[in-house]
Amino acid sequence: MTVAVYVPRDSSAVSLGADAVAGAIRAEAASRNLGVTIVRNGSRGMFSHEPMVEVAAGAGRIAYGPVAAGDVASLFDSNFLAGREHRLRLGLAGEIPWLKSQTRLTFARAGVTDPASLDDFIAHGGYLGLKRAIELGADQVVAQLTKSGLRGRGGAGFPTGMKWKTALDAPAAPKYVVCNADEGDSGTFSDRMVMEGDPFVLLEGMTIAALAVGATQGYIYLRSEYPHARRALSEAIATAYSTGYLGANILGSGKSFELEIRLGAGAYVCGEETAMLESIEGRRGMVRFKPPFPALEGLFGKPTVINNVVSFATVPIIIERGAEFFRSLGAGSSRGTMPFQLAGNAKSPGLIETPMGVRLREIVHGYGGGTASGAKVRAVQVGGPLGAYFTESMLDVALDFESVAARGGILGHGGIVVFDETVDMARMARYAMEFCAVESCGKCTPCRIGSIRGAEVIDDIINRRRPRENLEVLRDLCDTMKFGSLCPLGGLTPLPVLSALKYFPGDFGLTPRDVDFIGADLTISASGAASTHAIAGR
Amino acid sequence: MKNPFGGDKREGAGVENYFSNRLLVAAMDAGNSRNGGADWDARMIGEIVAGLAAKPGALMPVLHAVNERVGFIPPEAVPAIARALNLSRAEVHGVISFYRDFRVERPGRKIIRVCRAESCQAMGAVALAAHIQARLGIDFGQTSGNGDFTLEPVYCLGNCACSPAIVVVGDLHGRVTPKRFDEILSAIAPDARRPR
Repeated sequence: MTVAVYVPRDSSAVSLGADAVAGAIRAEAASRNLGVTIVRNGSRGMFSHEPMVEVAAGAGRIAYGPVAAGDVASLFDSNFLAGREHRLRLGLAGEIPWLKSQTRLTFARAGVTDPASLDDFIAHGGYLGLKRAIELGADQVVAQLTKSGLRGRGGAGFPTGMKWKTALDAPAAPKYVVCNADEGDSGTFSDRMVMEGDPFVLLEGMTIAALAVGATQGYIYLRSEYPHARRALSEAIATAYSTGYLGANILGSGKSFELEIRLGAGAYVCGEETAMLESIEGRRGMVRFKPPFPALEGLFGKPTVINNVVSFATVPIIIERGAEFFRSLGAGSSRGTMPFQLAGNAKSPGLIETPMGVRLREIVHGYGGGTASGAKVRAVQVGGPLGAYFTESMLDVALDFESVAARGGILGHGGIVVFDETVDMARMARYAMEFCAVESCGKCTPCRIGSIRGAEVIDDIINRRRPRENLEVLRDLCDTMKFGSLCPLGGLTPLPVLSALKYFPGDFGLTPRDVDFIGADLTISASGAASTHAIAGR
Repeated sequence: MKNPFGGDKREGAGVENYFSNRLLVAAMDAGNSRNGGADWDARMIGEIVAGLAAKPGALMPVLHAVNERVGFIPPEAVPAIARALNLSRAEVHGVISFYRDFRVERPGRKIIRVCRAESCQAMGAVALAAHIQARLGIDFGQTSGNGDFTLEPVYCLGNCACSPAIVVVGDLHGRVTPKRFDEILSAIAPDARRPR
């Protein structure tokens, strides 16, 4: 009899030695003449315990972790193939509180199934959403999606149903569906985990979108930093073509949908949807003016539905279970669940899918268990490199679009990065400007020059070169970038800067009084008209 | 010499006219002069472009293919790429220079990429980067004198739950300490300089 042993192929698990663990299990089983089938599943996202090995033993899957290759012999000695006791034994995988307390909808299959197996996907409810979508027809699918209240998970939070409706009603042809898989925010990895751990669900969501709006061609714009995701998606696309889930006459619907991966090339700004379209068309990733909006004039000037990976991956379960099911979860106008990603200096980092509205404290201290270093939490950045920093005393903020915005922040793509007491927030503020300078597409002046000037001015403040005057320059500069930039890269870079200034003035050698021009919602008060002397020089 | 863009004059005539022999010889010398990555010639570039030219927005896939196959995008190959895709050389150059992935010089034999973004910074990436720079004796964007290593910055590898992260010769590593880096380095380059 052969026992199924699960060793994640998720790239984070691999970065911690999962391939070596799989190899050691294979070798050890062979030397002991034991029948073992190794399944390379995705990760469940509990990275404090990766590589997490699971054994299908009797009642369920028994987890062990974190397993190093050197632990494998002792696991065999303890008869882990029968689920027996071992110092790394975590019990039934699905019963581990860190996982069990979550509400996994989008990530229901992640870590459970073999991402390369279409049969496994279907056995766990895959493609039920597409079948239902074909029964419902385009108008009903879009209506359901609108009713569900799903808002884009890429960062902007635009209502997905409204976007699809616009594309559906657009008369031009052909239409396109483009998946934004350029997940560049530090602290985020949910797109990667979908693509590596459950790639068919992304294909299913995009196919539903194509059928709903009448698109015939799709592209996944995938960042080049994700080679594992590229491999997993390529395999899934090939399988879907060979089984009738992509290509002509999908599932007998009479509709066809072609899908191709296009690689990014290391430009953060291409996560902005119009820069992404430029890149797919073979140009520099320069942001376009909006309007026209991509739903009407997008890729190659044609109506284009653009959504993030997680948004597409959430569509199938909404269509399968109905709008009401999804709507019943969440807070305010933020409906459903959100896969938060806890990263940085967190003791138990990973993927935490919960209904919208969960408290930041619950993520950072409840799931995260505080810092990895054991020192106190000093700052938490929510929403990626363009998101605001929060202090320990602000952790009771609810994680939904409105509540985070009320504190001046953004929910973004759900990335949460924890910093301990050793962090120098002036340096983080400078880094925000530097990052913007490195990644700016260069089309608009506030972003292109403002970011460089911003880094210089912060240096001056830190080095006590006329700090008061330079603070005034920085204030004007942030105002100019916020209101004068063409896209969120320049427009939101002031958020990490202003929040660092407001909550950690001491790190800049300033007093709270110096920064009282920054409101509780991070707006700049009494700044007058945005001036240009910030750009003009010292 | 034989026209590397197509063995047959009729097929390659246009490109041949465009691409002077002088330039071609220089290009092939450049391509063959150093180790690391594939040696390239104009025929290889021509085949890559021909295989992808029919795609809408073919330039990015073409540049990726050349970059992956050769290890960089030889500036001498730009006119041929431009011509085959009906673009100006300036357009092609503009795209190459926009994206961090596209190299214009042959990189070292072993490429090391270090994440510099927030999550990794929260876990010691600044000190790790300093250690790696000292260990390799090069700064970001540089290649070591013997052509062994190229050090590149990267802004997020999506391995943020296992920060800090680096990529060494294509392999992703998480929770990397200076000590762990030294182990990884000695595994791929046993005779690399000892730490100071």
